[in-house]
Amino acid sequence: MAKIGQDEWVETAEERTSVDAGLRGRLRHLWANTHPGWRLGAFVLVAAIFPFITSSDFHVRIGVNALLFAILALGLNVTVGWAGVLDLGFVAFYGFGAYAYAFVSSDQFGLHWPTEATILVVVIATAALGFILGQPSRRLSGDYLAIITLFFAQMFVEVTTNLDRIEVGDRTLDITGGPNGIPGLDQFKLFGIQFDEITDYFYLLLAFLVVVAVALYHVDRSRIGRAWNAVREDPLAAEAMTIPVNRVRLLAFMFGAAIAGLSGTVFGAVQQGVFPSNFAVTLLIMIYAALVLGGTGSMSGAILGGIIVVSVPNVLRSPDPASWLFYLAVVGGLILLLRNPVRLLAVAGGVVALGFAIRGIVAGVWPDTVADAALRDSSIADGLFNWVVLLDVSRETAGNIAFIALIVAGLIYTTLDGWRRVAMLVPMIYLGVFAWENRLVFEPSVTKQLLFGAILVILMASRPQGLLGTPRVETT
Amino acid sequence: MEPLLEIRGLSKSFGGLDVIQDLDIVVHQGEIVSAIGPNGAGKTTLFNLISGLYRPDAGDILLDGKSVVGLRPDRIATGGIARTFQTLRVFQNMTVKENVMVAAYGKTKAGSVRAILRTPAQRREEREISRLAEEQLSFFGERLMGYRWNQPAYSLSYANRRRLEIARALATKPRVLLLDEPASGMNPNETLEVTELIGQLREELGVTIFVIEHDMNVVKGISDRVIALDHGVKIADGLYNDVADDPRVIEAYLGSGATTTK
Ligand SMILES: Nc1ncnc2c1ncn2[C@@H]1O[C@H](COP(=O)(O)OP(=O)(O)O)[C@@H](O)[C@H]1O
Ligand SMILES: [Mg+2]
Repeated sequence: MAKIGQDEWVETAEERTSVDAGLRGRLRHLWANTHPGWRLGAFVLVAAIFPFITSSDFHVRIGVNALLFAILALGLNVTVGWAGVLDLGFVAFYGFGAYAYAFVSSDQFGLHWPTEATILVVVIATAALGFILGQPSRRLSGDYLAIITLFFAQMFVEVTTNLDRIEVGDRTLDITGGPNGIPGLDQFKLFGIQFDEITDYFYLLLAFLVVVAVALYHVDRSRIGRAWNAVREDPLAAEAMTIPVNRVRLLAFMFGAAIAGLSGTVFGAVQQGVFPSNFAVTLLIMIYAALVLGGTGSMSGAILGGIIVVSVPNVLRSPDPASWLFYLAVVGGLILLLRNPVRLLAVAGGVVALGFAIRGIVAGVWPDTVADAALRDSSIADGLFNWVVLLDVSRETAGNIAFIALIVAGLIYTTLDGWRRVAMLVPMIYLGVFAWENRLVFEPSVTKQLLFGAILVILMASRPQGLLGTPRVETT
Repeated sequence: MEPLLEIRGLSKSFGGLDVIQDLDIVVHQGEIVSAIGPNGAGKTTLFNLISGLYRPDAGDILLDGKSVVGLRPDRIATGGIARTFQTLRVFQNMTVKENVMVAAYGKTKAGSVRAILRTPAQRREEREISRLAEEQLSFFGERLMGYRWNQPAYSLSYANRRRLEIARALATKPRVLLLDEPASGMNPNETLEVTELIGQLREELGVTIFVIEHDMNVVKGISDRVIALDHGVKIADGLYNDVADDPRVIEAYLGSGATTTK
């Protein structure tokens, strides 16, 4: 029989399976063939142990944050990743959930509702708010909807900042507490269990994550989930295939809102207070970063992205791990860039040689300027100290100059090609390391942002579909 | 034969350009009717009007005697008018089977709560949707079967994507199927296959077919009746031989520079 229907996919089938051979391929195979339920179970198991292996509340607090972000990313993934509705007002729902919890669980209005009822009511109320704010998605899509929803996000911050002095007759009403927010929120009390430690919230969030993930997994594999995907892929074709596009979009919007509202209540209780600045646009960017990093459309990706976005900057806060990550990023970036062992060795050798040469010259000519590595409480600095010049004097200026030189070198780099381009990497890496060791290491808050940004850029450049996402083709 | 799809005095213009002008068309139950005409004659626009993507300026469109004008496209599709697109519009990043399952939306019920809870009724419905999709795909023989179900639609060949669009339209369980140039971009073998398929769809599913086609061999092979359009006006309506010999039709084709093959 003739090969009817032979096409690209079939022709490349063998190739694809052979690519899957190595360790990486085997891991990918294992991942793809493990039921998502097992994956989730394994994650929960590891996460559940986490509070036991650390005795510090600070670490558990980071864990709580990571879980909050994971749940938020899961919610955003429904709206953006599945239904393709670009919702930039997402944080407003998170904020609404938190404030709604504050209204009924503090002395602000003297209300102290039972937690069980509060959570239920808040989730439903946030979904209802999603229904209202999602109305523009009926007429608008893409950029227009993004701008409108971003406006909602901004408005939420404005409203909560200003709803503290409303004149009603001769009385002033304070609803949101204004810029000072609402402090002193009640802790959760669920089914007789009074929450008082951060660990309690950690496990509660873990449970919520499981519930949300399982629910979404089910919806994803139902006609609703398919309708979301269809509407994202091609709304016109979806409409012609019996799908009420507006209603389906709105539903995705409400799902995202409800999940954000749920996270918001827990956030309010964990922080025991809500403030307008908690829900600023920077938070929105972080949630989007989590989603994109993990892989838009993928639930595992959303969870992983949420955890990375919270934990990595925290790791970067202290200089030693930050240095490790910096050098990992340099080496990793280099490997991704060159991919060729010979060139890689050449560049590495060049960098090492250049380092010793400069160090030798500087130490010979101006011996007092070179600092002792013991100055730094960094284990990496020990190993490097014979190589890179660590200055004792005018560190900042030299670091700044190196940084500018690095940018210039980078610009030159883009104009070169062939071996010159590869050779240019040598001074660039040296300058980068020099600037890092002499300047950036001393400013953790700046380096944290810079490094995290760099890691994001490198990851997205090498894996545009995100860590666990599947590549999509453009549909226009 | 009873009229199933009836178009009366339909008109549509875009910014002063009259694309459809006072058009009357009747398609009877069980018929295969072809629409021909030079490029820009308004054939695709006619389909867009019938399927509710555009709203007519004047006139009426009746399915089984009931007007569908003003209904949302998804309501019209659920009501029994399905279509394919001249420019392929499969859901690229969904699997072949999902593409077809999507189209079952209108005639199924389980909402999000039932989906979350996986109620027995919801699971039964899902199984039914899955079976329906497989059934539609099986119409295309080996081409869209088995291992292909789980491939993303973008990985299919052009011809297979055309087939997938037809399978997807069938999954809405239509009474009238509108096919917009189903053989375009296909090689002679594939074209022949499409011709056979269209006949088969009517035989086995009893679906009424209204098809736009450029390839006169296909038109000749399948049509009970042929309607020729030019500048949004019906210039001929009848048996293939009569329409193909109609001087106005020949004029329209020659005038536009296109050639007809008989
Ligand atoms: N949405 C639209 N806006 C403006 N003009 C349109 C639109 N859709 C179709 N037209 C015009 O209507 C005419 C008929 O187009 P079409 O129905 O696609 O022709 P056919 O399918 O017969 O080749 C063309 O001149 C086309 O440019
Ligand atoms: Mg056309």
